Amino acid sequence: MPHKKSITELSAGLAAGEYSSVELTEHYLKRIEKHNDLNCYITVDQEGALQQASQADALIASGEAGALTGVPMAHKDIFMTEGLATTCGSRMLENFVAPYDATVVTKIKQAGMVTLGKANMDEFAMGSSNENSYFGRVLNPWNTATVPGGSSGGSAAAVAAGLAPIATATDTGGSIRQPAALCGLTGMKPTYGRVSRWGMVAFASSLDQAGPMAQSAEDCALLLNAMSGFDEKDSTCMDRPVDDYSATLNDSLKGLRIGLPREYFSEDLDPAMRKVVDDALKVYEGLGAQLIEIDLPNTHLSIPVYYIVAPAECSSNLSRFDGVRYGHRCDDPKDLNDLYSRSRGEGFGAEVTRRIMIGTYALSSGYYDAYYLKAQQLRRLIKEGFERAFEQVDVIMGPTSPDVAFPIGAKADNPVDMYLSDIYTISANLAGLPAMSIPVEQVNQLPAGLQLIGNYWSESRLLNIAHQFQQSTAWHSQKPAGFFEGES
Amino acid sequence: MSWETVIGLEIHAQLATDSKIFSASSTAYGAEPNKQASIIDLGMPGVLPVLNEKAVAMAVKFGLAIDAEIAPRSVFARKNYFYPDLPKGYQISQFELPIVGLGKLEIELESGQKKVIGVTRAHLEEDAGKSLHEDFDGMTGIDLNRAGTPLLEIVSEPEMANAKEAVAYMKKIHSLVRYLGICDGNMQEGSFRCDANVSVRPAGQEEFGTRAEIKNINSFRFVERAINHEVNRQIDLIEDGGTVVQETRLYDPDRDETRSMRSKEEANDYRYFPDPDLLPVEITPEFLSQMREQLPELPEQKKQRFIEQYSLSEYDASALTSNRATAEYYEEAIKLEATDPKLTANWVMGELSAALNEHNLDIESSPVSAELFATLVKRIEDQTLSGKLAKEVFEYMWQGEGDADTIIEKRGLKQITDSGALEEIIVGILKDSPDQVAQFKAGNDKIIGFFVGKVMQQTKGKANPVQVNELLQKLLQA
Amino acid sequence: MSISDDDVKKIAHLARLHISEDQVPGYANNLSSIFELVEQMQAVDTTGVEPMAHPLDIVQRLRVDEVNETDQREKYQAVAPQTEDGLYLVPKVIE
Repeated sequence: MPHKKSITELSAGLAAGEYSSVELTEHYLKRIEKHNDLNCYITVDQEGALQQASQADALIASGEAGALTGVPMAHKDIFMTEGLATTCGSRMLENFVAPYDATVVTKIKQAGMVTLGKANMDEFAMGSSNENSYFGRVLNPWNTATVPGGSSGGSAAAVAAGLAPIATATDTGGSIRQPAALCGLTGMKPTYGRVSRWGMVAFASSLDQAGPMAQSAEDCALLLNAMSGFDEKDSTCMDRPVDDYSATLNDSLKGLRIGLPREYFSEDLDPAMRKVVDDALKVYEGLGAQLIEIDLPNTHLSIPVYYIVAPAECSSNLSRFDGVRYGHRCDDPKDLNDLYSRSRGEGFGAEVTRRIMIGTYALSSGYYDAYYLKAQQLRRLIKEGFERAFEQVDVIMGPTSPDVAFPIGAKADNPVDMYLSDIYTISANLAGLPAMSIPVEQVNQLPAGLQLIGNYWSESRLLNIAHQFQQSTAWHSQKPAGFFEGES
Repeated sequence: MSWETVIGLEIHAQLATDSKIFSASSTAYGAEPNKQASIIDLGMPGVLPVLNEKAVAMAVKFGLAIDAEIAPRSVFARKNYFYPDLPKGYQISQFELPIVGLGKLEIELESGQKKVIGVTRAHLEEDAGKSLHEDFDGMTGIDLNRAGTPLLEIVSEPEMANAKEAVAYMKKIHSLVRYLGICDGNMQEGSFRCDANVSVRPAGQEEFGTRAEIKNINSFRFVERAINHEVNRQIDLIEDGGTVVQETRLYDPDRDETRSMRSKEEANDYRYFPDPDLLPVEITPEFLSQMREQLPELPEQKKQRFIEQYSLSEYDASALTSNRATAEYYEEAIKLEATDPKLTANWVMGELSAALNEHNLDIESSPVSAELFATLVKRIEDQTLSGKLAKEVFEYMWQGEGDADTIIEKRGLKQITDSGALEEIIVGILKDSPDQVAQFKAGNDKIIGFFVGKVMQQTKGKANPVQVNELLQKLLQA
Repeated sequence: MSISDDDVKKIAHLARLHISEDQVPGYANNLSSIFELVEQMQAVDTTGVEPMAHPLDIVQRLRVDEVNETDQREKYQAVAPQTEDGLYLVPKVIE
């Protein structure tokens, strides 16, 4: 029953010869097929995976294996994978076979990992429920009547259900952390510029960042080691040495200063959610940390700012999907305009269409100053708020999401309601800060997440803080019923 | 009513980099369609731009050459519109913060007067691809090889008063970018092209009239014709009670007219915003001084130096420095054989330039190299060749017969300067023409021409005319 | 901030998105409520605040001017909807 194991354990099992990578891969492929109804994957690459696995076995046999060699994983379907369909959850790219590999994909290949397939997601990473995928919604393994969160819902549900031991994901406004919280996982969005964006389909270029979706902080550290680093193909990727994120996991938390923004713990916060967060904070106090109340004055503006900046960038980023060089093309276009409008109209779903329209409007003549420029100014104020906070504290904590997994369809008709569920996660993207979500005690039998926001480039410290919690608690080891009983 | 014309030019100069502005594809002209279009140029999902250092350096050099402010921080912005030759649905350009700010350039008017034209700004941007409208039965074919080629868009102030000034300005910029080595200036291939903003107003009126923009003019001749046509069109329109509308027009050289491009008019709300895939470009003082050091001698400086160093007239110096290649040819020629600067200048601007014109060649592709040319001037200077013979030698040189001495030897074109030999010939002629000698003695000075002709006939033109004259005078009066 | 049906049509055209007539009021509604939410921004005085386009305060890195792309037209055009003689085809463009 290797699917119950963390990648740290799988790596050890492979090294010890308990199973081969091919066996492990076959095991996961079978499970993916068995639990197909969760709809976690858009593409499963059976043949490619087995081929990579046998190469990994050869490496292991020759003694040249690294920590991740032969460990299976899944890529969010936003990463270009050469020769493999890359759809971004959209009809627009339904038949698009990527002509190149994303840097993240290359790095993970170099680490010797086995790609099982491409995980489902909200179309073009826009959504918080994974209901916006052209390839169908993803179900939350904890309760299949609820959503897994989004946009990396396929990555989260796959790892939670043991259909991949770990996965890549991306986070523009919470798309790693919120599904991690809703599926009981540990997910991290690194500092903007830590992981290359080359080959990652852009939603909002100044906010997008890739990171791991994992069972534990320890696993996050291992995958982040492989994903991070400078890439000359991405101008916004930072040329800065990468820590060994596994090396400092066991550092002491004595004297750690935890900031608790008053704005995150207002009266609006659901008391049940508040209780599990408070309990988690008590664990930290037990580990020698100190809790300090702080202010993040412009928190309430992060949603309006985000819903200008992200759509503005996306409206332009998605203009390349025009039915000319690749992607969906409408039948019998009568002229150029018809080609554009119908190809795009048919290729994009409602949420993507909505966001392109918001962004187009916000950038259009006469509105630019009132919306886009204003949002950029407020973005600076939000960033400065964090900078002041990090003069007093080492890490900021609070809930990841105001609620646990909600029923499928509950927010589908009201975009504003959906947007409001991103309230805690969005500001880390606006500021470019690293942030994580780790599981705490459940609320109403559904997973809940604690968010950790760190200062720039403090991934090591964040992972250490998360790991120490997971050494003292077992919330991260809880598994959804119906997926882990029995041997396969 | 009398009218005043106001013209501003936007010149697009393709920068002479090897690779594109944001990708490592080749910028070479003439490849098969889409064979020089990488995933970045094609705007594939997930690709990102990284800025070409050389393009930045070239823009900065241009800025320094026109004495402009170089922005310590400039920003790339996206200009959003849909067009099939624009793969991403936006063009990466510079909008609010261009790399080169206000500069200036002096042009010379036909009257010989000088006029300073302001350059508002120059910014970096990527070129679009090409649309091919023929051959595809109701469809348009798109070639994206040119997409992503670096362009420097040079925007002038609206300070030109007629088509001739606009042409002078455009020529000056053309010469400058070639001097700087930042653009090959090839107008047929579209490496250097311009848009003209043209408006008219009643003489004396302060505010500008409504302007029309004439797009994509790719020759000096067309600029002049397009502007003249547009000015007349606008004046006629207003005088007939109409109004000029602000629009984009296309110049059709076959019909010599401009016509409205309504298709481009529609909804041009470009929604500029800073490109989030690119960061601000910083020009450090170190980089700036490095660029300054790399700056070649500019036309104006070269002209002044030619006047001083070679004692040339302003006219000669100006002609020789109008393009860098001519100036370099000239200097190489005088250096090689240490020939007289004035004499060399005359022959470069005379015989050589006429031959180049006749064969429609650039000096770079002249069949007579500076090295060969120098041997010719040398033989003129030491009087081995008369002017007439030298022209003949040049002709053979052009046909590839080698240096001056080789041709003189092979063709027997040496001027006879041996006075003993000449004297012998003249004595013979005088003996054979007693009547004419008598006429001379009777006071008919003009008859000397007859003797000169005879001498030239017998020497096949190789005698030195001055020497012949001297000898004739001496022998006739003896 | 209320977005009218006409606004929606204008934006949809600018963004080249075909929207059927019956979907227009729905989008107008959604967009209106989103811009209502966004309106909160106007309450803060941002006079003198420098707009921030990037989370990190770094400058553009420059690439050495070198060609290292080779012709991969066939591979790239394998995903193209319509090509002929190496060109991408679109309905006739009238200039």
